Amino acid sequence: MTEESFSIKKYLRDVPLPFCPGCGAVTVMSEFLRAVHETGYRNLDKFVFCSGIGCSAWIPSPHFKADSVHTLHGRSIPVATGIKLMRPDVNVVVFGGDGDIVGIGLSHFIHAARRNLDIFVIMVNNMIYGMTGGQVAPTTPFKSKTTTTPYGSFEYPLDAARLAATAGAAYVARWTTAQTTELRSSLKKALELKGFRFIEAVSQCPTAFGRRAGFKNAGEMVRWLRDNAVPLEEAEKLAEDELAGKIVTGEFVQKQRPTLDKVVYSMIEEARKKVEEI
Amino acid sequence: MKKRSVENVYFWQGNEACAEAALAADCRFFAGYPITPASEIAEHLARRLPQTGGVALQMEDELAAIGAVVGASWAGAKAMTATSGPGFDLMQETIGWAFMTETPCVIVDVQRLGPSTGQATKCGQGDVMQARWGTHGDYVAIALSPNSVRETFDLTIRAFNLAEKYRTPVVLLTDEEIAHMRERVTVPFLESMEIINRRKPKPNEKMFFGSDEVPPMPSVGEGFDVAVTGSTHDEYGIRFTSDPDVHKRLVERLNGKILDHAEEIVETETYNISKCEVGIVCFGCTSRSVYDAVELAEAKGHKVGYVRLKTMWPFPEKTVKQLSKTASKIIIPEMNLKQVFYEVQRVAGDSTKVVPLNKIGGGVPITPEEMLAKIEEEIR
Repeated sequence: MTEESFSIKKYLRDVPLPFCPGCGAVTVMSEFLRAVHETGYRNLDKFVFCSGIGCSAWIPSPHFKADSVHTLHGRSIPVATGIKLMRPDVNVVVFGGDGDIVGIGLSHFIHAARRNLDIFVIMVNNMIYGMTGGQVAPTTPFKSKTTTTPYGSFEYPLDAARLAATAGAAYVARWTTAQTTELRSSLKKALELKGFRFIEAVSQCPTAFGRRAGFKNAGEMVRWLRDNAVPLEEAEKLAEDELAGKIVTGEFVQKQRPTLDKVVYSMIEEARKKVEEI
Repeated sequence: MKKRSVENVYFWQGNEACAEAALAADCRFFAGYPITPASEIAEHLARRLPQTGGVALQMEDELAAIGAVVGASWAGAKAMTATSGPGFDLMQETIGWAFMTETPCVIVDVQRLGPSTGQATKCGQGDVMQARWGTHGDYVAIALSPNSVRETFDLTIRAFNLAEKYRTPVVLLTDEEIAHMRERVTVPFLESMEIINRRKPKPNEKMFFGSDEVPPMPSVGEGFDVAVTGSTHDEYGIRFTSDPDVHKRLVERLNGKILDHAEEIVETETYNISKCEVGIVCFGCTSRSVYDAVELAEAKGHKVGYVRLKTMWPFPEKTVKQLSKTASKIIIPEMNLKQVFYEVQRVAGDSTKVVPLNKIGGGVPITPEEMLAKIEEEIR
């Protein structure tokens, strides 16, 4: 039997993609679909995609040939919660940006990790609110110029990957779009695991972030991502000031514990038994 | 033990009746967040839903609660949330999303006294306009308002039925008094209740967001490749963020599918509306004082009639108009500072004097005596 070669068109509707030239979301989209293909799927029938508002929410919606639920800003994870609990048999995958997942939707992100909700969250962290024109995000590097921080960002960025790990996620990894091999292998791994899985893809937005932050083009941003990525093992040996401005990449956690749907349905079984006994 | 609700006599409070009615309507999913005076619904369903194989969740906030409800509905389940004013505030954006995505779901708002935290444990009727206009943009709401425990049961089932039939969110607008009051309730046999389920698409159907007035609704995970979005979309669910025709076509249909069926959706209770001198338009807990006041007034020889709004939205214009043709004066008692008043004024026109009777604070109801005094004041 010959291995069927990957064709991205097989997974996409015939609707033009909205992304700017050089956008990192396209890399994440393509790596995800390649990971799906390499995991052995030949279509997206077993998946339901949820996304919120922002550029990366448009990765699945409506482009994937699959069920895709495009929700409100920040609310993809609650909607995914309702879907997963009513249909535990489907693979629920959430796509979102940093503003969507850890800005406006941060609380849901933490609680879903705490509950070990069996969903796979892929966050494209472009460090900016891109769709609205380049406003500062909770992930914007310190001192970066954005439209709402014309003198440079005066806040420290959030470490979403470590937060997810602390909150109870089953699998957490962070890679940059310059590390496609590692990113794809993590995506494949997460696709085969259960529980709350989170992959943060640190990505370039040449349009809304790069040009104000002093980058000439997308290529320069990807090289910057590559050069600033520090493997987790190495980062552990460095002092805090040595890590300033760096992107710590790698796998942060991998563990197993019962998922929310499993716990809920075993409780339901118990409740039904008790009723029968009465 | 029977699988669902039962056919017996109970001594329920309104919130319990609401929860049991949800089970009778085949609700499979509830998500909520604690809030007085609605928490009993969540507590009751947390115990009862698992017994029937359903899921009850307490979420991290009301944004998450209603989000999960809409998600569950797209996964094929009848779903409900329950809250009160402050939580109802937080849910408004998602109610608009549910309207735009044509997602059946039920939102129970047990009204308490606002604005803001106000008097959290006290009764109010100040969310009438919020139920109509709470979310942004051009939309039409369906809201029902019970005035007894038994009617809370009936209207909860009706809320599910209307949600499923018209593929839209439906608000059950109850209030603290009806929710916490206990009454003897005789629940009818399940078999005798009409339970409506959403229309499902045939295997090759592809238009889930148009063409038909109420299009068929697939669930996710059924192989339909349904694309759901709250952005303007065409009949196939594909986003069109600037095309004026697609937007007009979609939003006019969403409004029309409810407004064009207002006669079927609207329910009122009327008394003596073709012969009265003074009319009353009332709803919710306040209407219970109206019953007594009308008796007291009749004993004194006055000709009084009333329209009680079981459906708040769409507004029962036809019946109120009818009342305004006979009654020269219409009194609007409400536990807020004039909300239904302006609707009646709009419908009745200049020929009828529309008289407000308002009371707020401490959850103190408008008494039959106060109502009678107002009737006599207007007759004099």
